Amino acid sequence: MQAGTLSKYLKSGAIWGFIVFELIFFSVAGEFLSVSDKAFMDADNMLLLFKQSAPIGIIAMGMTIVMVNGNIDLSVGATYALAAIVMLDSMTWSIFEGMGDAVIFVAWGLALLTGVVLGAINGIIVWKTGVDAFIVTLGAMLGYRGLVFMYNGEQPTSHLNWTLVDFAEAQFLGLHTPTWFLLIVTAAIWFLMNRTVHGRNAYAIGNNREAAVNAGIRVGPHMMINFMIIGFLAALSAVVFYSESGSVNPNDGELYELWVITAVVLGGTKLTGGAGSIISTFGGVVAIQLLRKGLAHVGADTSTVNLVIGLILIAVLFLDRQLNVKGKEELKV
Amino acid sequence: MNEQTPVLRLEGIVKTFPGVRALDGVSLSILPGEVHALMGENGAGKSTLMKVLGGIHQPDEGQIIVSEQPVVMSGPLDAKAKGIVFIHQELSLADELSVAENIYLGELPRKRFGLVDWAELETRTNAILEKLKVSFDAKTRVGDLSIANQQMVEIARALTVDAKAVIFDEPTASLTDAEKIVLFEVISDLQVQGVGIAYISHRMEEIFKITDRISVLRDGQYQGTVNTAETDEEGVTQMMIGRKLDLSRNESHHELGEVALEVRGLSCGDLYQDVSFEVRRGEVVGFYGLVGAGRTEIAETLFGLRDPSAGTILIGGEEAKIHSPYDAIERGISLVPEDRKDQGLVLGMNCRDNMTLPQVDELKAGPFVSDGAEIAIFDQYRDRLDIRTPSWKQLVGNLSGGNQQKIVIGKWLSMRPDVLIVDEPTRGIDVGSKAEIHNLIRDLAAHGYAVIVISSEMPEVLHVSDRIVAMYSGRIMRTFTSEEVTEDNLIQAISGIGSDKVA
Repeated sequence: MQAGTLSKYLKSGAIWGFIVFELIFFSVAGEFLSVSDKAFMDADNMLLLFKQSAPIGIIAMGMTIVMVNGNIDLSVGATYALAAIVMLDSMTWSIFEGMGDAVIFVAWGLALLTGVVLGAINGIIVWKTGVDAFIVTLGAMLGYRGLVFMYNGEQPTSHLNWTLVDFAEAQFLGLHTPTWFLLIVTAAIWFLMNRTVHGRNAYAIGNNREAAVNAGIRVGPHMMINFMIIGFLAALSAVVFYSESGSVNPNDGELYELWVITAVVLGGTKLTGGAGSIISTFGGVVAIQLLRKGLAHVGADTSTVNLVIGLILIAVLFLDRQLNVKGKEELKV
Repeated sequence: MNEQTPVLRLEGIVKTFPGVRALDGVSLSILPGEVHALMGENGAGKSTLMKVLGGIHQPDEGQIIVSEQPVVMSGPLDAKAKGIVFIHQELSLADELSVAENIYLGELPRKRFGLVDWAELETRTNAILEKLKVSFDAKTRVGDLSIANQQMVEIARALTVDAKAVIFDEPTASLTDAEKIVLFEVISDLQVQGVGIAYISHRMEEIFKITDRISVLRDGQYQGTVNTAETDEEGVTQMMIGRKLDLSRNESHHELGEVALEVRGLSCGDLYQDVSFEVRRGEVVGFYGLVGAGRTEIAETLFGLRDPSAGTILIGGEEAKIHSPYDAIERGISLVPEDRKDQGLVLGMNCRDNMTLPQVDELKAGPFVSDGAEIAIFDQYRDRLDIRTPSWKQLVGNLSGGNQQKIVIGKWLSMRPDVLIVDEPTRGIDVGSKAEIHNLIRDLAAHGYAVIVISSEMPEVLHVSDRIVAMYSGRIMRTFTSEEVTEDNLIQAISGIGSDKVA
């Protein structure tokens, strides 16, 4: 029992320990290797880090619910791009002419609606056909990306609205707008997963689906709601990011699903469902962003960054397995 | 008692599946405050009847009547809402969630906006747990509990609603004797409250201890209901299998050969310590003890699934290091595992392929698997073990428990082992097939195999063993020969009493 509690603490605290390790490592290494003369732990740098974590982080919260529920969503990158296009393009539509800056809210609403609808499509297919979510969303990933290209071919879709840019670049209490969105989403999803019946049922379904069905939990609607939430969050992430940049390429958001899943898994959510924590996912998101920034800080290029993150992910899962082994007398599988 | 209105009544229930008439006009009634045993061999239709009651299957004919109101069950939750609660034999718990969340799974108490009312949940759960006298509380994670305690959580679910009838499906399968007593108290509490109890079990002694009436099913047909007080084990068995069962003990001893397996001072962490015993050719050694006494773990160590922390294993007089099942099979040790369906068989594969699974590497014609050799092996053991299946193409998942077990035994016999370890050989197997498996085990010993039988059922151990090793909490308390063993001294040994008499 003693060893069990210890490893439990180790597991839930591991991601934060890793973050601390990264901070120390990059601060020290930065002294010798850095290309800039600024310290790594500089306040502006850290604020920027949170802001840059936002696009992946917001989606990762949705992915945590979906994965705890025992599903996965590979279509988030495509949903992200499509929602961005809808937002930027709708501001130029003639029916909204003369609305002034109020068009922003319409555009946001349409973008978020797009996300929810795409998520609902995934959800209803998984629910009604019983096809594995991996396959359904793999198809959706390709299909939704196809829609993105159908919209504007290879051309980027752009529209700059300065009111919007000002809002997106604003800092409130020192934190950037995207950071606020990330924090609010994290808090909201944490609340949803830990305080509501829907959240607890999502855990139960992912943990033991048969038991959940036997207890009369309606598995399908719960899964569909979760897919709608992740669709909404993918769109929200796009809204937050593209309000500032004002231009979306049809390839944007590619591989986002994998970065998001990496962050969620680093945070300790089980791929098989039933276990996972929103707070730890937040840790996973920050850890990845720290790693990217840190490696850039010491002068590594993007390919090195990807290699290192890949190795760390495997190392983390291996460690997790080791911590779960109960000792030498463990039954071999 | 007969003038009372039944809480639950079934009338002429018929359920057919393609090719099978699983239930054929079953009628029975459960009165308030009675414990009503439902018995029958495996495949007699008990589980189908439960599924019909729980709304998982709809009956083709007949009616379910709750408190004199005909009802249609649309699902388990609907059944629960109507006051019919099921305690399943297979645990259906979410092990990452807390005890409280599991007990109220699917119906967590809510506040406004779909929020969980945690305070309410905890109070209610702790009240239930108090009744059950368990040592854990509402916040414990279910995955951290022992199997027996998890079973108690499952039982706690019955106490969450004002049940009219509670159906227990083999609730004691994984409980220790002390926990059984608590369970029986819970059942009698429910009785006092006027709840009708349906109790499904294979264990005769329990049935006769706690039930008022016994209803028997055979091949989907209702055989009748008797008052428990007016019948005995033999009468019930006869109703169940339609013939008399030979319950006499087998006291014959075979010629013993040399020592096939010897274990000296074997330990494995906290699981068991300092275990020493030997098994000769032609001998059946029974391991008896409570769940968790370390019997299965010893078998797993001998089969290379666990590494011992101390001690030696000698096979045919030579010290052997066994690090994997591959090593074990190589040295002539075979294990028929405790959980037939999970550990012993590939349910979706046919009979022949299951039987030849461990040696399929050797059955080759050129680069391909030799079909002919496989079928030859299957035919040989089908005849020898009397496995009843239409053909080798039958999926193992469709066979009865007894025939499945024979496939597993046949699988290992075809490897020509010296030592055969059989863990819970008749768990979940009906009375008729039990006797067959017992005879088979005796027969194997007569042919010179060294057999170790692990069992939680005393009649079984007494019936098949030449010697009995009694274990208590990871230690061997005493070894009995079949002459000196009595029910009393065996029970004392496995409860940890009389430890000074280690033989």
